[in-house]
Amino acid sequence: MNKLNFLRPDIENLNTYLYSGIFLISIAILDVSLSSFFNTNITSFLPNFISFLLPLILGTIGLHFIRIEFSGIKKLDLLNKNINTNTFNAVLTLLIIFAIIKSIPPFLSWFIIDATISGDTKEACTGTGACWTYIKIWLNRFIYGMYPNELQWRINLSFIALIGLAFVGLIPSEKIKKFLTLYYVVIYPIIAFVLIYYLISGGAFGLEWVETGAWGGLSLTFIVSFFCLIFCFPVGMFLALGRRSDLPTVRYISVGFIEFWRGVPLITVLFMSSVMFPMFLPEDFFMDKLVRVIIAISLFEAAYVAEVIRGGLQALPRGQYDAAKSLGMGYWKMHIFVILPQALKLVIPGIANTFLALVKDTPLIFVVGLLEIVGMLNLAKTNPKWLGYAMEGYVFAAIIFWIICYAMSKYSYNLEIKYKTDR
Amino acid sequence: MSDPIIKIESMNKWFGDFQVLKDIDLEVEKNKKIVVCGPSGSGKSTLIRCINRLEEHQKGTIIVDGTELTENTKNIEAIRAEVGMVFQQFNLFPHLSILDNCTLAPIWVKKMPKKEAEELAMKQLEQVQIADQAQKFPGQLSGGQQQRCAIARALCMEPKIMLFDEPTSALDPEMIKEVLDAMVNLAKAGMTMIVVTHEMGFAKEVADEVIFMDEGMIVEKAETKEFFANPKSDRTKLFLSQIL
Repeated sequence: MNKLNFLRPDIENLNTYLYSGIFLISIAILDVSLSSFFNTNITSFLPNFISFLLPLILGTIGLHFIRIEFSGIKKLDLLNKNINTNTFNAVLTLLIIFAIIKSIPPFLSWFIIDATISGDTKEACTGTGACWTYIKIWLNRFIYGMYPNELQWRINLSFIALIGLAFVGLIPSEKIKKFLTLYYVVIYPIIAFVLIYYLISGGAFGLEWVETGAWGGLSLTFIVSFFCLIFCFPVGMFLALGRRSDLPTVRYISVGFIEFWRGVPLITVLFMSSVMFPMFLPEDFFMDKLVRVIIAISLFEAAYVAEVIRGGLQALPRGQYDAAKSLGMGYWKMHIFVILPQALKLVIPGIANTFLALVKDTPLIFVVGLLEIVGMLNLAKTNPKWLGYAMEGYVFAAIIFWIICYAMSKYSYNLEIKYKTDR
Repeated sequence: MSDPIIKIESMNKWFGDFQVLKDIDLEVEKNKKIVVCGPSGSGKSTLIRCINRLEEHQKGTIIVDGTELTENTKNIEAIRAEVGMVFQQFNLFPHLSILDNCTLAPIWVKKMPKKEAEELAMKQLEQVQIADQAQKFPGQLSGGQQQRCAIARALCMEPKIMLFDEPTSALDPEMIKEVLDAMVNLAKAGMTMIVVTHEMGFAKEVADEVIFMDEGMIVEKAETKEFFANPKSDRTKLFLSQIL
């Protein structure tokens, strides 16, 4: 055995250093875990101060022992390169690990261990943790709003149908592929509208009419987001093109439109759409509150989408326009086949950003009395029987929104990869 | 003598206050090959960009194949469809494969059936010897291959006139030859060509006439042999002495 110098770990005694290092780190982590999970302090025989710092000291020494360059063990080298480059980084690494260990028990106990889900009333919630009973009892309302219980199959049916129809693009047939763009851009939204109009709203074919004021919860979040996303994109695209147009009238109208909608807060737009807008309409002309809200949000977000797309248009070199023109393409052919495909590809991250913001802006429709999921939560938390469970509600909403938004964001990454054609 | 296919009369162009082209008169007959040379900033590129109206001229007339270039968008598009152009920076469409780059305009501008357009494109790609790259994307090709693809793309519109705007200036020296070869073949096939280039070897080999431009004016216009053997103006002599 070679001489050991504990201040300078070297590769000759690799195993000795490795095992002693791992041993010290394990003790450190064990100590923290025990005190975190079982509230026992195995080093209580030591003075308070030292006992508190001991895991950090042991861990730092341990990490120092395993900090051996070019050890030949891939994982060890990777570890050393990334989180164990010097003593300072080793301490930071340990602190982060300890913080994670320390924060697990409170989380676990609130979410699961001390939480309650059984029972049907507030009285069932006796633990110190979350009261999931509240979510369970109100879940139906959180998803369907005030939609009558016995008619909820209509919402379920239309959503299942729409999800099914969204997968048409996966059918591997050359014949269908030609029409996919047309299908997704035009036909699918029309089907969605027809389904929602006749099935969810009802009033025809012997289906009972359900006014939009009764719609709500998560299903309303989906309906509003879906239609706003579909409408705001083409409007934004035309605004972006309009803002770069050679025709002064088109350009000024686009600029004016964009700057107007970007300049006002969404909440006032929604308020005006429900309160002021009807005043300008002829008396016998009726437009549903939900339709007005969808139009208002679409126009509002279209202004943002327009600016994002304009950024993409400006990033394209002038040569692309020159080349398309020199081949005899007119304005629309040039934009449809050459400019927009490239510009839109460039702005996928920006568009995804805007769309995520849109989905998370939908709770604002409460100002016109439409209660989607967050609106329903706010309503439920003021129910006298269920006071004091706002926390559970908001955590629930946060989880739901996170799932929706993460799915969208993942999808946008996939699109980016799919359309990547340069190297 | 047949009617000229391009006829430019006392054409003037300004960028803001700066006059880039001054009283340009030029006639190009069918099947002739013209090389335009001159120092940078002399307006050579602007001149040929005016011929398919990528730049607008402010005074004078340009008549291409019997049609005068005016505000009329229909006329401009018709002329562009029969005037091919090759750019210094290739300007291929990076989101389309080489084959799609070539078939895009024939299909959508000339309304050619897809199959026919693809056959034509493959024939043109064969001509410039990159048929084996047809399914690749522009970003995967070398500069020389990209420029040859750009030539094929322009030829797929079956143009009557080809304009080349410094087609070899952005290429590595060893790639210049492959592009020039493609251009020489095209010239031998009888295409009407206007080429802005500094490749004097190419000019000597294929050009019928050479035009020397400086400060927005045509300083000298002569038959190729005459131009190199016996330049008239001092400015041309100076230029040639520097570049040859």
